[in-house]
Amino acid sequence: MELLNNLAVGFEAALTWTNLVYCFIGVFLGTLIGVLPGLGPTATIAMLLPITFTLPPVSALIMLAGIYYGSQYGGSTTAILVNLPGEAASVVTTLDGYQMARQGRAGVALATAAIGSFFAGTVATVIIAFFAPPLAEIGLMFGAAEYFSLMVLGLVAAIVLARGSLLHALGMVVLGLLLGLIGTDVNSGALRFTFDNPRLADGISFVVVAMGMFGLGEIIRNLEHEATRTMVTSKIESLIPTREDVRRMIAPILRGTAIGSVLGILPGSGSILGAFAAYSVEKKVSKYSAEFGKGAIEGVAAPESANNAGAQTSFIPMLTLGIPSNPVMALMIGAMIIQGIQPGPAVIDEQPDLFWGVIVSMWIGNLFLVILNLPLIGLWVRIVTVPYHLLYPAILAFAAVGVFSLNNTEFDVLLLALFGVLGYVFAKLDCEPAPMLLGFILGPMMEEYLRRALLLSRGDPMTFIERPISAGLLACAVVAIIIAFLPAISRKREEVFQED
Amino acid sequence: MKLKFRNLAIAAATVLGAAMANPAIHAANYPTKPITMLVPFSAGGPTDTVARLLAQAMGADLGQQVIVENVAGAGGTLAPERLTRSAPDGYTILIHHIGMSTAPTLYRKLRYNPLEDFEHIGLINEVPMTIVARKDFPPNTLTELVEYVKANKDKVTYANAGIGAASHLCGLLFMSTVGVQVTTVPYKGTGPAMNDLLGGQVDFMCDQTTNTTSQIKGGKIKVYAITTGNRVSSLPDVPTTKEAGLPELEVSVWHGLYAPKGTPKEIVERLSKSLQVALKDPTVIERFGDLGTEPIAQERATPQAHRDFLKAEIDKWAPIIKAAGTYAD
Repeated sequence: MELLNNLAVGFEAALTWTNLVYCFIGVFLGTLIGVLPGLGPTATIAMLLPITFTLPPVSALIMLAGIYYGSQYGGSTTAILVNLPGEAASVVTTLDGYQMARQGRAGVALATAAIGSFFAGTVATVIIAFFAPPLAEIGLMFGAAEYFSLMVLGLVAAIVLARGSLLHALGMVVLGLLLGLIGTDVNSGALRFTFDNPRLADGISFVVVAMGMFGLGEIIRNLEHEATRTMVTSKIESLIPTREDVRRMIAPILRGTAIGSVLGILPGSGSILGAFAAYSVEKKVSKYSAEFGKGAIEGVAAPESANNAGAQTSFIPMLTLGIPSNPVMALMIGAMIIQGIQPGPAVIDEQPDLFWGVIVSMWIGNLFLVILNLPLIGLWVRIVTVPYHLLYPAILAFAAVGVFSLNNTEFDVLLLALFGVLGYVFAKLDCEPAPMLLGFILGPMMEEYLRRALLLSRGDPMTFIERPISAGLLACAVVAIIIAFLPAISRKREEVFQED
Repeated sequence: MKLKFRNLAIAAATVLGAAMANPAIHAANYPTKPITMLVPFSAGGPTDTVARLLAQAMGADLGQQVIVENVAGAGGTLAPERLTRSAPDGYTILIHHIGMSTAPTLYRKLRYNPLEDFEHIGLINEVPMTIVARKDFPPNTLTELVEYVKANKDKVTYANAGIGAASHLCGLLFMSTVGVQVTTVPYKGTGPAMNDLLGGQVDFMCDQTTNTTSQIKGGKIKVYAITTGNRVSSLPDVPTTKEAGLPELEVSVWHGLYAPKGTPKEIVERLSKSLQVALKDPTVIERFGDLGTEPIAQERATPQAHRDFLKAEIDKWAPIIKAAGTYAD
C-alpha cells in the first residue's frame, strides 16, 4: 500500500507537463548522442550541467537520467549499423548485430534491441520501485574479494566470447590486460608504460580503443576491396521481426534482463559485465549457439536487454546511498549538489517527490524511447544504403569529434587512429578484438580489487575462499570452465556421428 | 629573394611587437571576450561544483561569460601545466585546490613551480574534512580512536581516495600526529572508498564534509571530529579536532584562482576584485553552505594572501609527504 502511495507521489511529480517535456528532451538527446559515435552520455551531461542550474531539481534529474538511459538505447544503433561501439556494452552488440546488418537484417536487429531494451527498462523500473533500499544493502556486501571473484568469472566468460582459435583469443585477452596496465598504479602512484607522457597517466580511454579497433579497423578493411565497399551485401529485407524471430528473442530477453539487473546493482562497475555476461550465458544455453557471431538474434537481444536493465538498476546505489557507480552517476551527484540536494540515504525521506519522480520518469522515458525509436528504424536502416565514399568520412569525423570531446585533447584522436590500424592488422591476423576489450576493461579492475582484498586480509589469499559470496563466484567460474570444455567434447562426438 | 626575406622579418617583428604590446593595450577595457576557467578535475566533482558557481558569479561581475573547461588527469597536474603554456592575457585562468601545494613534493618530475610560474588571484574557500568510521567500529570519540589505533595498529585499516587526494593527506597527517602507521587502502576516488566504509569493509577514513555529511546524518557512519578550527553549521554536534584533543590535526581542502605568469597586474587585480564580489553573492554563499563550506574572508581573496598561504601549505606538507615516502611518480 505504501508502495502505491509512493508511486502516486512519483506519477504526480513526473506527469506534470514540464517534467514530461524534460523527460522527452532527455531521451531524445540521449538517443541522438547514442547514435553519434563517441559522443557519450558523460560528455553530454558534463556539457549540460550548467543548464540544470536554472531548472527545478526534479526536472533537471529527470532530464539527465533520460540522457543516460536514452544513450544506452541509442548506442546500439551505430554498433549494429556500422560496427562502431560507443561504449562497453555496445561492443557485445557489434558481434552479432553488425553481422545481421550485413545480411540485410539491420531493421530486425534494431527492432530487437528496441524491444529488448523496453522490456528490460520496464522490469528494472519495477525492481527499483519495489526493492531499491534493500538491494543497495546487498550491493554493500560486495567487498574487494567478492569483486575480484566476479571479475575472474567475467574473464572466464571472455574465453567463451571467442570464436575461432582459442589461442588467438587468449593472446588478445593478454594484450588487453597489458594495455589496461598503462597509467598510474593506484597503490604506489608509480607510472607504468607512460613514457613520461602525462596524457597517459590516467591510462587509455576505453572509447578510444573500442572505436579504433572496431569502427576504424572495419572502415580500413572495407576500403581495401572495391567490391565489399557496400556495407550491406544483400538487399534490406523486412524491418519487422518475423514470428520466428520473436519466438527466438523471448528467452534471451528474459535472461538478459535478469543478469543485467543483478549486475547493475553492484556499485563497483559490475554493470559493465552485464552485457558480456548475458552474451556468454546465451551462447552457452542457446540451441543456436553455432550461429553466434554470424548474426544470431539472441546475440543482440540478450546483451541489449542486460545493458538497459543495468543502466537502470545502477541508479540504485546513487539514489539510495549517494554513491556513484560510474562516471555518469558521479555527474548526477554533482548535479544534485549544484541543486542544493545532498545525495545520500536521506534523499528518499526528505525528497520523496524527487526520488519517486525520477523512478517513475524512467518508465515514462522508456515508453518515449520505444515510440521515438521504432518509427526511426526505417530511417536508420537507410543510412547503410548511403554510398560508402560518403558514409565513411562522416563516420571518421564523428568518431574523431566524439573522442576529442572525452578529454578535449588531440592526443586521444591520434590514439584512435593508431588503434584503427591495429584493428585492421588484427582483423588480417584473424584475431577477434572483443576478448581484448574485455581484458582491457577487467584487467585493471581485477588488479585493483585483488591488491585491495589482499591489503584488507593482510596478504592472506584464503580470504577469497573464506568469504561465502566470493567462494560462490569462484565456484561458478570453475563450473563455467568445465561447461566451456564439455560441449567442445560433445560437439566433436556429434560431428563424428554426423560423419557416419 | 633577399628583399622578400627582409620584408618578412620586418612583418614578423611588427606582429610580434604588436602581440607583446597587446595585453597592455587591452588591460584597460579588459575583458572584451569570454574567459576560460580551467578545472583540473572531471565535471561533477566538488572542485568542479565550486568552479561553476564561481564562474557564473564572476561572469556577471566581469560582464563576460566565464566558461568552465575540465582538463582532468594526472592527479590534477595537467591543467596547471596547460596554464603555464597559455597566453598571459587574463583570458585563461585556473581553479585548483590543496593539490597545488602538495604537487611539488608528490611529483618529483613536476613541470611547473606553483609559486613562481603563476600569478595568484586569491583564495576562494576552505572545505572542512571529517574523520569518520564504519558504523560498528568500536571507538566512539577521537581520543578513543587514537587509543584503539595504537592498540590495534596491525588490524586497523584506513581508506583513502588515492595518492595526493585530500583523504590521503589527512591520513598522513593523522598517522604522523598519532605516531602510528596503519594499513592504508587506496581507492580510485572517494565514492568507492565511501562505499566500502558503508559496507564495513574498511575501518576509517577522513573526507570532505561534501561527501560525508549526508551519510553522517543518515546514521550510516560514525563521525569523530571536524578537521578545521570551527564547527560547521550542517553538523553542529561534531567537535573540532582541537576540542577533541588533537589540535595538530588541522587540514582543509582550500581552493584558489591562478593566472599565467606575466599576466598584467591590472588584470590580476580586476580578477581578484571580481572574485571578492562573487564571494559576496548570496547564491554563492547559499550553495557553498550546502557543500558544508563558506566563502573565505574578503582580505584572503587577494593575490598576496593567496601566495603567502600557498607557500605556508607547501612548507607544511613537504616534510609529512617526504617522511611517508609516498610519491605520485
